[in-house]
Amino acid sequence: MTTFLGMPALPAFGSGNLFAGESFPTAAHRELGNAQLRANLGHATHTIRDKRQAVVAELPDWEQLRDAGSAIKQAVMARLPELLEEFETNFTARGGVIHWARDAREANEIVAGLVRDTGETEVVKIKSMATQEIGLNEYLEEQGIGAFETDLAELIVQLDHDKPSHILVPAIHKNRTEIRDIFLREMPGADPALTDDPSVLAMAAREHLRRKFLTAKVAVSGANFALADSGTLAVVESEGNGRMCLTLPETLITVMGIEKLLPTWQDLEVFMQLLPRSSTGERMNPYTSLWTGVTEGDGPQNVHLVLLDNGRSAALADEMGRSALHCIRCSACMNVCPVYERTGGHAYGSTYPGPIGAILSPLLTGIEAEENNSLPYASSLCGACYDACPVKINIPDILVHLRSVDVDSKRGKKKVPSQMDVGMKAASWALSSGKRLGLVEKGLPLGRLAAGPDRKITKLPGIAAGWTQSRDIPAPPAQSFRDWWAKEHRNAGGAPGTPGTPEAGPSRTPSPDTKETPQ
Amino acid sequence: MRIALFATCIVDAMYPATAKATVRILERLGHEVVFPSGQACCGQMHVNSGYLKEAVPVIANHVAAFDTADYDVAVAPSGSCVASVKHQHPMVARACGDAALEARATAVGTKTYELSELLVDVLGVTDAGAQLGSYFPHRVTYHPSCHGMRLLRLGDRQSRLLRTVQGIDLAELPEQDQCCGFGGTFSMKNADVSSAMLQDKAANIESTGAELCTGGDASCLMHIGGGLSRQGSSTTTLHLAEILASTMEEPASVIGEVRVSTGKALR
Ligand code: SF4
Repeated sequence: MTTFLGMPALPAFGSGNLFAGESFPTAAHRELGNAQLRANLGHATHTIRDKRQAVVAELPDWEQLRDAGSAIKQAVMARLPELLEEFETNFTARGGVIHWARDAREANEIVAGLVRDTGETEVVKIKSMATQEIGLNEYLEEQGIGAFETDLAELIVQLDHDKPSHILVPAIHKNRTEIRDIFLREMPGADPALTDDPSVLAMAAREHLRRKFLTAKVAVSGANFALADSGTLAVVESEGNGRMCLTLPETLITVMGIEKLLPTWQDLEVFMQLLPRSSTGERMNPYTSLWTGVTEGDGPQNVHLVLLDNGRSAALADEMGRSALHCIRCSACMNVCPVYERTGGHAYGSTYPGPIGAILSPLLTGIEAEENNSLPYASSLCGACYDACPVKINIPDILVHLRSVDVDSKRGKKKVPSQMDVGMKAASWALSSGKRLGLVEKGLPLGRLAAGPDRKITKLPGIAAGWTQSRDIPAPPAQSFRDWWAKEHRNAGGAPGTPGTPEAGPSRTPSPDTKETPQ
Repeated sequence: MRIALFATCIVDAMYPATAKATVRILERLGHEVVFPSGQACCGQMHVNSGYLKEAVPVIANHVAAFDTADYDVAVAPSGSCVASVKHQHPMVARACGDAALEARATAVGTKTYELSELLVDVLGVTDAGAQLGSYFPHRVTYHPSCHGMRLLRLGDRQSRLLRTVQGIDLAELPEQDQCCGFGGTFSMKNADVSSAMLQDKAANIESTGAELCTGGDASCLMHIGGGLSRQGSSTTTLHLAEILASTMEEPASVIGEVRVSTGKALR
């Protein structure tokens, strides 16, 4: 069955594991209380980002590579429908079967149906963000089909009935002792004398997985790239377990977001340099598997691809936000993000955590989805993510854009404006004229009074209470700069200026105001 | 040269000494400083909080105050406000479909410099001690603010200037390129995360044994200083401009009570 859904006139938003169950500040508050998590995360993100920095610095043309990656992705987004058709033609011509899925539900049903057709009740899986996004494992379980993750970190998370918290290192929040305990508890046939030595743990997982690989008839994978000109799919990985899934079973079902296309083989060259260095901090990843349809007598003989929309067309329709679809899921942005480093991935709710998650999830689900409208605020806009992103997604600008969409979508809907609305309106009035700001500043001595004898303001009411939760505010000065300037200027013989008119300063050097205290 | 000072709202209202120091530095180099009095704020808080509609009059006011004034270049002692003027003003004008405002905002942005950028790139200051008489006999550590570092690409301009201040004992801040956690309304909307970031920044500052932490953004310094103060730390913050303006004859005041009676530790 190959039906091209095309671009619906009104693109549907995505469903599945894209929603936060609670607001980011609430989730962050809880996660921040977990000292072990913070320690594990801080250590892991620092290690990966130092490694990344070192291998990126080796390349003299890194910035040009980023530009090239960004340009290719822009070109892909500009003609995505035709590239998808080109890919479909080539993939089908080589014996593959394409299925189009509008959302998570459709994709899950398609995969379950394909597994059912084989008569099997077990599948092995290679780590895939797309299947995480649609909640495939849970759905298959409901249908009586067991899905076994084979990526080591993904296996750990699955055995622990936990959720991944990082897109590259799903078990980043666990240390090795915790992992040993999970194996002992959940892995059938685990040696009771298991230690927490990483190599011992890896061997235990290896034995466990071997049994699965040798019996599995069906595999499910994701794909990092799809090449339109040949109908080829690509998976990039570190352990080789993915390659086992891609070559041993009889049936291979790949689930891939429609944005993963690249026009030609040549374009892959750019991304094979950008991806490993950005994600694992390696010059080259150990295993890159490429497959094009069916090869008689070699590898899977039934090859399926589920092309997933799940809100991607909707994101594509957002002119400011669409470059979020350029993402190659390298995780560099989360490894440098100071917010992610402290809260971990679970605080973001969705399959996609960190800076990219803060823009991608609301773009896929629509910012009106209440579960996700706190995500664009989960950033101090420090810009570290934009600097790190190998395809130069301007995450800070998209965050600001999504905030404005959120604010606008609420305008007029609320009966009573929020404190923030009122404050922003008042500030806009006061800050859009020098005269008005000057008037407001006449109130500074009042603030000085409020500060009291220790000259600190330690408690503010309402939304500003967040500030004084951990910071003091210095007592305001007795006189604003504006007032001082006007006075100096008058003393020097000039008239105080009118708004918009520059006032020349006194020609002498003013004496320092020794009354000012440090900030 | 005729230099227009954009004091920024926070410096104007809360840290006039920083603006006065900026004026002193520029006049010491023989330039004329003007203050377009219609100026108020760059509107960054509104833009970054998503209140674009409310940001427009603030931006329009800034553009009007500066594009009617007569000057060669404009300067602000704040990397993030300059980044807003250069980057956000045209962006917001474009988002609102106001092509005329976009063109005027771009023109103002092109003429606007962050203080260290102006000193190093335009006014040719390579040795603050020799050219400005900067003298500051204190142990200082330096935090490069995110917007200066990433949006303006100030590089080492600020620290280069600091290093040439006579008498200064400059201590390297560990993890200096990490955000301090301010982020405007982020510090209120995500107060817990912001506090956690601040806590780490404060610990790094304390580890240097510096008397003062300096930088080019009054808002970040207010946040960091406020956190240090709440922790009962004896370390305070002082804007880069005040260190550069400090001389043997007219030293910047760094003595003053800064300890807080509550002395509560950060959460
Ligand atoms: S947004 Fe950029 S840095 Fe973040 S995961 Fe995607 S490609 Fe990597």
